[in-house]
Amino acid sequence: MDDPVTGTADGPLDLGSWSCPVPLRDSPTLVLGHGGGGQLSAELVENLFVPAFTSGAARGVTGGAAGTGEGAGVLASLADSAVVSLGGARLAFSTDSYVVRPMFFPGGSIGDLAVNGTVNDLAMSGAQAAYLSCGFILEEGTPVETVARVATALGDAARLAGVTVVTGDTKVVDAGHGDGVFVNTAGIGLVPEGVDIRPQRARPGDVVIVSGDIGVHGVAVMSVREGLEFGTEVRSDSAPLNGLVAAMLSATLDLHVLRDPTRGGLSASLNEIAKASGVGVSVTESAVPVPGEVANACAFLGLDPWLVANEGKLVAFVPPEHADAVLAAMRAHPLGTRAAIVGSAVEEHPGTVVARTGLGGTRVVDLPLGEQLPRIC
Amino acid sequence: MKYLDEFRDPALARRLFDDIAATVTRPWALMEVCGGQTHSIIRHGIDQLLPPEIELIHGPGCPVCVTPLETIDKALEIASRPGVVFCSFGDMLRVPGSGRDLFRVRGEGGDVRVVYSPLDALRIAQDEPGKEVVFFGIGFETTAPPNAMTVHQAKLLGLENFSMLVSHVRVPPAIEAIMTSPACRVQGFLAAGHVCSVMGTSEYPPLAERFGVPIVVTGFEPLDLLEGIRRTVRQLEDGRHEVENAYPRAVPAEGNPAARAMLADVFEVTDRAWRGIGVIPSSGWRLSERYREFDAEHRFDVTGIRTAESALCRSGDVLQGLLKPSGCGAFGTVCTPRTPLGATMVSSEGACSAYYLYRRTGGARVEEVRSGG
Amino acid sequence: MCLAVPGKVIEISERDMTRMAKVDFGGVVKDVCLAYLPEVEVGDYTIVHVGFAIQKLDEESAIETLALFEKLGVLAEEFGDVGDRAEETTS
Repeated sequence: MDDPVTGTADGPLDLGSWSCPVPLRDSPTLVLGHGGGGQLSAELVENLFVPAFTSGAARGVTGGAAGTGEGAGVLASLADSAVVSLGGARLAFSTDSYVVRPMFFPGGSIGDLAVNGTVNDLAMSGAQAAYLSCGFILEEGTPVETVARVATALGDAARLAGVTVVTGDTKVVDAGHGDGVFVNTAGIGLVPEGVDIRPQRARPGDVVIVSGDIGVHGVAVMSVREGLEFGTEVRSDSAPLNGLVAAMLSATLDLHVLRDPTRGGLSASLNEIAKASGVGVSVTESAVPVPGEVANACAFLGLDPWLVANEGKLVAFVPPEHADAVLAAMRAHPLGTRAAIVGSAVEEHPGTVVARTGLGGTRVVDLPLGEQLPRIC
Repeated sequence: MKYLDEFRDPALARRLFDDIAATVTRPWALMEVCGGQTHSIIRHGIDQLLPPEIELIHGPGCPVCVTPLETIDKALEIASRPGVVFCSFGDMLRVPGSGRDLFRVRGEGGDVRVVYSPLDALRIAQDEPGKEVVFFGIGFETTAPPNAMTVHQAKLLGLENFSMLVSHVRVPPAIEAIMTSPACRVQGFLAAGHVCSVMGTSEYPPLAERFGVPIVVTGFEPLDLLEGIRRTVRQLEDGRHEVENAYPRAVPAEGNPAARAMLADVFEVTDRAWRGIGVIPSSGWRLSERYREFDAEHRFDVTGIRTAESALCRSGDVLQGLLKPSGCGAFGTVCTPRTPLGATMVSSEGACSAYYLYRRTGGARVEEVRSGG
Repeated sequence: MCLAVPGKVIEISERDMTRMAKVDFGGVVKDVCLAYLPEVEVGDYTIVHVGFAIQKLDEESAIETLALFEKLGVLAEEFGDVGDRAEETTS
C-alpha cells in the first residue's frame, strides 16, 4: 500500500499500449494543450494523424525509405525530420508552423523562429538544410509594416543559416480568423553518408549531452506576454544549429540521437527518446545548465524550467567512447560553449526518465501534459 | 535567488537528515498541511531520504483540490456565458466539474483567461467596460488578502462590471476536522508557512493543546521542510506538543495586521464544503454583506446546478490523509493528470499529481538511493 | 497553496492610490502591490504571492536559521547530544 509504484515502467500508463486509432478519450473539441508539445499533442499525433496517414495503401510509400524495415514507417518514427531516399540521395525533410504570441520578443521574432526551427529539425537528422519553402497565413487588418518586419527577419535568418527560400505561398484570412501572422516553413537537406541519427537509436551507456542553458526562449517570450509581463535581461536563444551539428559530426559520425527541445522542453525530449529507444534515461539535476534568471522567473510563476521551450539548443545521445570528443567539439563552437554532460541512457526503467535531485533523492521526470500555466498554488 | 537557494544547500540538508535520524527512535506520522510542501517534498525526493520511521501524510492544503464540485460547476456555467470574461489562476483550468473543465469551456468559445494576479483581472475590467469580468477567488489564507484587496479596490473604483466567485478556505478548522476524524493517524503537523505569514501563529496553540499534537510552522524549501520535520520529531520524542516556528524569516507571531484587517472587512466566516471531504464548519470565507454586490453568485443566477462526482474518485480520503494516492485503485490507471477523476490529480500541488509526476518508478531504485546514502 | 517567493524592493511608487513596487527576483523584475506592507522600504526583501507582498522577509532571522543549520551535528560531534536543546531558543 505504501509503495507508490503502480507498475513497472511498462505499466498501465504507457501510451504505447494504445495501439488502436481510438478517438480522443474525453475531449470532443480541441483544447490548447493539444498543441503544447506534451502528452495531449503526442496522443493527437499517435491516435489520430498517424493512423489516418498510414492506413491501407499509403503505408510503405515512404516507409522503409531509410532502409531500416522497422515497419512503422518513417512517419511513425516521429523524429524532428523524416529521412527519405530519393534518386539515390538521402534527404531529410521537415515542416513546422509558427504561431508565437507576441510575434516579436526579446532576442527574436516569428521570422527567425520559422527559419531556425525548420533548419534545426533537419539538423536533428544530421542534415545540412539546403532549401526552404515558406507559407504565410495573414490576418486581414495586419499592418503591412508588421509583415515586412517578419519577412526581413526571416530572410536575414535564412542567410545566417546558409539556407535558401525557394518557394512560398500567401493567404489572407478574415479579420478575427487569424492572429496577425502565421508562418509555415518546410525544408530539405542532404544527410551525409554514414550518418544515422534517430530517436530510436539511444543505447544503454550512451552519454546525454545538452548544448547549453535551457529554458531561455520560453522565459523571454513569457516576459512580454500580455498579462504576464516581467522585466528581465533574458533573450531568446533562437539560433540555427546546423553549424553546431556539423562540428559534432566532425568529431564522430556515430551520433545516436539528436533532438531540439522546443515545446515541452528538455523533459519532453528526454521522454520521447526514452520511449522511442526503449531505454531508461538517468539525469543529474545539478548538471543541467539553467541560468539563474530562468530559474527565478520559473520560481515565481510556478513553472519547471525543464518544461520550458528552447529554440537554439539540442540534446544529444552519444556513444560513451565518443563523448569527450563530441563535447570538446561542441564547446569549441559558439553555440555550444556551455555544453554539458547531464546523464546517461541506462537499461533500468526503460521508457522512463529519472532525475537525481540535488539532495540525492530521485524523481521521475514525466512528459508534460499540455501547455504550462503559471500556477499560484 | 537570494534567500531561496541557500535553503536548498545539500551539505546543510545532510546535517538536518543526520540530526533527524539521530533523534528518531520509533515510528511517527506527520502531516504536511500544504500542497506546496507536498510538491517540494516529492520534487526533491525528501521522503525517500528520511528515516523509515517517519511517515509523511499529505494534507488537504491545495485550494484547487478542495474547491467544491458545485462551485466548479458554477464557474463553468458563468464562464460559458456570452459577454463574460472569466479570469482564473492557471491551476483551476484543468479541475473537472461535472463532465467538463475550464479548458473545455474555452475550447467551446468561452472567454477564459489565465491571470497571474487578481489585480490583472481588475485591470481587464477597467480596460473592457463592455464585458462582465469575473475572477475565480480561491485559496487559503495566503491568497485571501490579495483577493480581498482586489474586491476592495473594485468598490473604491466603482467598477460595476467586476465580480468574484469566492471559495476561500481556512486551515485551522481543517486541522480540527482532521484530528476529530475517527481514522486519524496524524501525530504532528507541519503548518503552512505562508498561511502563517498572513495570519500569524495565534490560532494554533489551542489546537496543539486540545489534540496533544506538536504544530510546527514550516516553510517550503528543502531545508525549511527538514527543519520542520526535525522539530516536530524532537517534540514527539520528548513527549511535548507545542507550537513552534521553524520559518521565522517569513512568519512573525502576529502575521500581517494590515492584511488581517482587510480580511475582516471584506470577508466573513462561513461553513464550507471541501471537495471529497464534506462540510467543515466555519472553514471558509465568503464576501461580507458590504461587498455582496461583487459576489458573482449573486450577480449571476447559478442556482439549480446538478453536480455529479466520479464514483471512483477517492480524493476525499487522500485529502484527509486516510489514503495514499498509490493506494487508490484508480491511481495511474483510470485517473491520471490527463484524465483526472478528482482534484487531487489535477493541481500540480495535489497529492496524487505530485505522486504521479515524481514517483512512478521502481521501488528498488528508492531503496538503492537510501542505502547508498 | 501559496507559491510565494522572496524578492528585493528596488523602487516604490503610488499608482491608483495604491502603494506599488518593482521587486527584483534575482534578475527578474515584477510589479508588486505593497498595500499590506506600508512600512517596507527600498532595499527590503519581501515575500510575494500573486502580485502582493504579504510579508517582509526578516534577513537577520534567515541568517540565524542558516547559522543554526551550520552548527547542527558539529555540537553533536563535539559534545554528544548535550547541546541539542540550546539551539531551540534561536527562533
